[in-house]
Amino acid sequence: MATPTLAEVINRSQHHGLIARITSQQIFWVFMAAVFACLALTILTDSFATERNLFNVTRNFAFVGIIALGMTAVIASGGIDLSVGSTLVISAMTVSVIMSAGMPFWLGCIAALGISLLVGAVNGVLIAYAKMPPFVVTLGMLSVARSLAMVLSDNKMIYEFGPDHDFLLWLGGGSTLGLPHPLIIMVILACLTAFAFRHLRWGQHLFAIGGNENAAVLTGIPVARIKVSVYMFSALMAGITGVLEVGWLGGVTTNLGQAMELTVIAAAVIGGANLAGGGGTAFGAVVGALLIEVIRNSLILLGISTFWQGTFVGSFIVIAVAFDRFRQRKS
Amino acid sequence: MDQQIWGVFMNVLELKNISKRYGAIQALDSVSLAIAPGEVVGLMGDNGAGKSTLVKVIAGNFAPTSGDILISDKKVAFNKPLDAQKAGIEVVYQDLAICNNLSAASNVFLGREPTRRIGPIKVVDYAFMRSKSAELFARLKSETRPRDLVHKMSGGQRQAVAIARTLLSDAKIVLMDEPTAAISVRQVAEVLNLIRQLSDQGIAVVLISHRMPDVFEVADKVVVLRRGELVADKKASQSSPEEITGLITGAIEHA
Repeated sequence: MATPTLAEVINRSQHHGLIARITSQQIFWVFMAAVFACLALTILTDSFATERNLFNVTRNFAFVGIIALGMTAVIASGGIDLSVGSTLVISAMTVSVIMSAGMPFWLGCIAALGISLLVGAVNGVLIAYAKMPPFVVTLGMLSVARSLAMVLSDNKMIYEFGPDHDFLLWLGGGSTLGLPHPLIIMVILACLTAFAFRHLRWGQHLFAIGGNENAAVLTGIPVARIKVSVYMFSALMAGITGVLEVGWLGGVTTNLGQAMELTVIAAAVIGGANLAGGGGTAFGAVVGALLIEVIRNSLILLGISTFWQGTFVGSFIVIAVAFDRFRQRKS
Repeated sequence: MDQQIWGVFMNVLELKNISKRYGAIQALDSVSLAIAPGEVVGLMGDNGAGKSTLVKVIAGNFAPTSGDILISDKKVAFNKPLDAQKAGIEVVYQDLAICNNLSAASNVFLGREPTRRIGPIKVVDYAFMRSKSAELFARLKSETRPRDLVHKMSGGQRQAVAIARTLLSDAKIVLMDEPTAAISVRQVAEVLNLIRQLSDQGIAVVLISHRMPDVFEVADKVVVLRRGELVADKKASQSSPEEITGLITGAIEHA
């Protein structure tokens, strides 16, 4: 056998063909499942493939998808963020309270995102520097942030948003070229996240921390700083979603985003985020969110009681993790 | 090789009367040792003999209570591991400090990823990482492929990844903590080969091991610690596993 040249060695990789590479990805199968569900619903119901319904599905899915991007970053770094639903509501409340007091949109938006980043920073500092378990910290924040949103709004519904009222509703509820704005924003954020995961040192480092935190420390990666930034990123995604969702609903109450963390975690995990850390993709988060939303929508359209939704979302998490375990044992 | 340069720096590392105390415990008692460039030193001793303390002193994890460390005949003081790293001392940890979910190339460059600019953004330069790590693996005569994920690799290939990392920083001395403890016989041969490759490039290797055959297979010099004292410092060719065992247990007082 001739000795291979340097270039040959570089280009050699364990992957064989493009098809083998694609079909070996969990997200490919999840994507196929989502497509299959859409096709089945189109055939089985008259209401799925209507413009009105698709508009609703895409928007709902965009909200879950945006937060799932942040959740994927957290999960890939080996953590978990249970406070996203509460971060969403505190962001939504902040923008609403400020705008209803007659202030412009930009001010409300900056304040809402600022508060969200602060929530993420508190999470991150407690986890990275005080070395508390992410589960405990973010569970506490889940309660604190929602309670603060109640304090902020006096637990009243807000539906008047001052001078920029129409702009806010257009931003969250409108569409451009037939595409709902939340969907457009989700696509942009997904592309940015995918780029950051793959091409920035930040992405490399967060996956390294999730893969082997001890190795990350020994090789001089600023582990604590990266962790704080990851929780801030997750909170920012929830904050953006909060602002958009107010615009879509045209009003906000403090039960907005309740139990959303579970749906988002399910979306991330179904999309291939590894709860043990070290795995996940931006595309996966989006596809996972799509599948969850299509299934949720199908339950409604097929006339199944909404009480069943929790059963499906919960089972999905467990099944996705079980599937992952099974695959790991096989390899 | 470069006799002139090697002539000036006879020793890449020299320890002079290094002692380390923890309260009443004398972990190291006046240890003196000299290591030449490219020399492979087998560091042996029973559990608690002071091997890891000595390694940690050299790696800058903590300062000795007394005594001097000289790198290339210059006195140095390490306050933290980074100081030692800057002086050319690299440690290959027992668990290798490797991320299974990343490629071999990413692991080699972990924490020191090269970047290139695209407009205002600095992006990780994967092409450079791949070609440079392929070059390093070639230098180590290892068949490790830069793009492969580490979790699919053999123990020997994983060692190659960890060792390639030390080449990246132009190390003068590589400290290896039990590299052959938990791997198969075939992989042991692979690791010993890697050590020889380092030595051939003028890099000194301190091999901490319990496995007598591995040490005699690859070491130029065997050093034995017993209760914090250096009881032997001899050429491997002039010693034997039996003698070293005696020195470790105390059946032989000194060599």
